[in-house]
Amino acid sequence: MSDDRQNPASSGLMPLWEVFIRPRTGLAHSHVGSVHASDEVMAVQAARDVYTRRGEGVSIWVVPSASITASDPDQRDENFDPAASKIYRHPSFYDIPDDVGHM
Amino acid sequence: MTGRDDLTDDPAVDLADDLLALLLRIGDDHLILGHRLSEWCGHAPMLEEDLALPNMALDLIGTARMCYGYAAEIEGGGRSEDDYAFLRDGTDFRHMLMVERPNGDFAHTMLRQFLFAAWMHPLWDGLTGAPDARLADHAGKAVKEMAYHIRHSGEWVIRLGDGTAESAHRMRAALDDLGPYIGEMFESDETADALSWPAFFLIRLPSGRRLTAPLRAHLPWRSCRHLTSLPEFPVAAGAVTARFLVIFLPRCSSCSGPIRG
Repeated sequence: MSDDRQNPASSGLMPLWEVFIRPRTGLAHSHVGSVHASDEVMAVQAARDVYTRRGEGVSIWVVPSASITASDPDQRDENFDPAASKIYRHPSFYDIPDDVGHM
Repeated sequence: MTGRDDLTDDPAVDLADDLLALLLRIGDDHLILGHRLSEWCGHAPMLEEDLALPNMALDLIGTARMCYGYAAEIEGGGRSEDDYAFLRDGTDFRHMLMVERPNGDFAHTMLRQFLFAAWMHPLWDGLTGAPDARLADHAGKAVKEMAYHIRHSGEWVIRLGDGTAESAHRMRAALDDLGPYIGEMFESDETADALSWPAFFLIRLPSGRRLTAPLRAHLPWRSCRHLTSLPEFPVAAGAVTARFLVIFLPRCSSCSGPIRG
């Protein structure tokens, strides 16, 4: 970038925000990425400019990245491996009527 | 534009000339500012703005294309939008000086964008109900684009004005630099006079105040503690905004000409 004296993204003035987009009415917001912004208003604007340029959505959520609590990668095996052997939990053995729509 | 002493009772002919001049002015404003904004592509201070600035530039270029395409049809001489954009001499362009100013720093670009969008928004807003269906149709899109440009650039004006001592200094400098170019938005000239005379004389505004009102209504300075001393716009007494008024006239349904008072 043109001005290398201070990168706004790493200065602490522009914290990171996680961006969630709802593709269309009736669907859930999905995580699409993150932006740097000084506050929540600017974060929504940045998310609009970065992630909805091609008509990707009708609604935007932004959440401070620092507010997210993540699972511990070291606990991945105990967290997730037990589910791997329980295929009966997948609803793939049922015929879903078309009228149900997205599940 | 030639003199209007020979104005006949055929308002449609005069209207075509006026509309052509109007379209080229609006088109030139948008083309030049769109190019200025596009210079930021790859050079913005952060990735988010590196996408936002070309986004806005493309909005402007899109409006320029509409104006040139429509102008070409009105002129009927076989020219295309490219002829207007690329094959005219520099002296033939009719944009206002503010849009061609070098970008300066980010504060300068954001303030210029805000001023332009706040000036254009009321025009497109009015044109959504224009008798000219083509302009009305484009206005429906452009008014949303300008509303976003106002919001995006206006929020930056507030934050830079309220931010650090450095950012406040830069926004103040941008205001000092761009201030002298604001008056041109509300000035009249021969073309504007031609647009307003005589068929449009009745709706000629006594001063630029009516259009400065919507511009002022958007001003983010009101909520910015460092930029409260907004200079008065140098609007000349008696200046008219006839540049755009031709479109607002109700039209006669049988001849499509303006209904005269």
